[in-house]
Amino acid sequence: MSETQDLNIPLGPPQEKMSQALASVEDVHGERMRVQMGPQHPATHGVLRVEIETDGELIIKGTPHIGYLHRCFEKVAENITWPQIVPFTDRLDYCSSMNNNLGFVLACEKLFGIEVSERIQTIRVLVTELNRVANHCVAIAAYSLDIGAWTPFLLLIQEREHILDLFEEICGGRLLLNYIWIGGLSHDVPDGWLPKVHEFVEYMKPKIPELNQLLSYNKIFIERLANVAVIPADVCYQYGVTGPNIRGAGVKWDLRKNEPYSGYETYDFDIPIGTGEMGQVGDAWDRYIVRVREVEQSLRIIEQAATRLEGMPGDDVKAAIPKTFAKVPKGEIYFRTEQPKGELGFYLISNGKAKPYRVKCRAPSFSNLCVMPKVAPGLLIADMVALIGSIDIVLGDVDR
Amino acid sequence: MTLSEIVEYLQASFPDAGLNLDETEPEPLILIPREHLQEVALFIRDDEKLHFESLMCLSGIEMGDELHTVYNLYSNKHNHKVSLRCKVSKEDPVMPTVTFVWRTAEWHERESFDLIGITYDGHPDPRRILLPDDWEGHPLRKDYVPQKKWHDIPLMTKEDIEKEAEAEKGDAK
Repeated sequence: MSETQDLNIPLGPPQEKMSQALASVEDVHGERMRVQMGPQHPATHGVLRVEIETDGELIIKGTPHIGYLHRCFEKVAENITWPQIVPFTDRLDYCSSMNNNLGFVLACEKLFGIEVSERIQTIRVLVTELNRVANHCVAIAAYSLDIGAWTPFLLLIQEREHILDLFEEICGGRLLLNYIWIGGLSHDVPDGWLPKVHEFVEYMKPKIPELNQLLSYNKIFIERLANVAVIPADVCYQYGVTGPNIRGAGVKWDLRKNEPYSGYETYDFDIPIGTGEMGQVGDAWDRYIVRVREVEQSLRIIEQAATRLEGMPGDDVKAAIPKTFAKVPKGEIYFRTEQPKGELGFYLISNGKAKPYRVKCRAPSFSNLCVMPKVAPGLLIADMVALIGSIDIVLGDVDR
Repeated sequence: MTLSEIVEYLQASFPDAGLNLDETEPEPLILIPREHLQEVALFIRDDEKLHFESLMCLSGIEMGDELHTVYNLYSNKHNHKVSLRCKVSKEDPVMPTVTFVWRTAEWHERESFDLIGITYDGHPDPRRILLPDDWEGHPLRKDYVPQKKWHDIPLMTKEDIEKEAEAEKGDAK
């Protein structure tokens, strides 16, 4: 606890309005303090420390300090072979391992010039969309817990369990999967698995209206999130904020549509965006509802992919995997995919050897979190929790 | 615009800057001398024909005696991409910052400084980001040797790990 010196920090335009409104209320102002939120705090989704300078209940400055979970993935990747990196990508964002596998594998395949069959692409789309649903379940569940609603957490973790069971059947893993390999998959889908996927979709569909009734349109929940922590579209561009956060700001931007990969252009789905239904465009509620609606769209893709797979003749999912990685093409590439949290990019440099020369991971949570110092000034301390939860960060992804 | 058109357009706009195409497979890059980095960066963000308003990725790279920074840019308006590369020597690893052009570069440049050791001149908050502030060395350098102790906490070295692996092998036998 110490008095802060530098208090003339300019506020962002949306926050300015709010802090003006709050400034008229005398109660929110008070003693100036510096508060440490985290690293062991239940609402920071891991080991994140936020240094907050406060004026009573108002935040003047919020600086995130990261690195508590740093493992130097990039250095480790330089010392192991290309296929050995795939299991490590599971551990970047451990809530959406499939999507991380796919991002890295597609970058490698583009660099090495490997093409996979349509059936493998369809299986990849199916499993990554399943994982997207699982990731959004965790995001929404943890968010509801942060805001103070306990029941949705229990329900959503239960739904996610069904997806983890499906994953266990195809590859043995539940969270850390190592399923998508460079040039193929680790296992083919087992017999009788696709009907279970259809069963899951039918089971999950009515759960979303139930969630809306329970949480999304709950008056307390809306009061808590509408007009809070607004991130406008131009700020998103400037700070590299992507994924549901930029779509919450009303921008129709999704790499699955804008730069299709793995045959996403052949699927019929919509991109939900925030419209300021309950307050302003780009507020915390918009970012939340985009995730809920994305689950609906992902279920549509899963259904289409599973139906397509049933009509396809089986083939060897390991056919295109290179026999050896001792000699690979030289080159440099940046490739990005739409991960549930945003844009996951890999910058790879190959010098023709079995081990990569350089691997740079552009993690979505890392870039999304850097907007916090911009948005935090003018928020109430309690709204800081609403901000962190609505960005949906995973510290394994931020710190790598 | 295609890459060759972008290069021609940039060369026409900056005739003295010495911009060149770096023929890297499969995606070529544009080489920019560090003296002209900031003005070119501002130009390609604000120019109507180019309009690269988003910085997708910024990577620091060690290449022999040189340190590189690669900027991967994308234009949402025109739906085209370009990559820039800026080179400095290891003796003088200073580059101008592009934080005021794309704010997302702030954390990426801090990461590049932390792990590779490139200093970005004019950065508003030039601290380490992932490692502790008093850490020694830059881990992504190829000749990096980890320190043995940090605040009297013994750290595992490569030899320790090898020793442990051998002991495990012995146990298995």
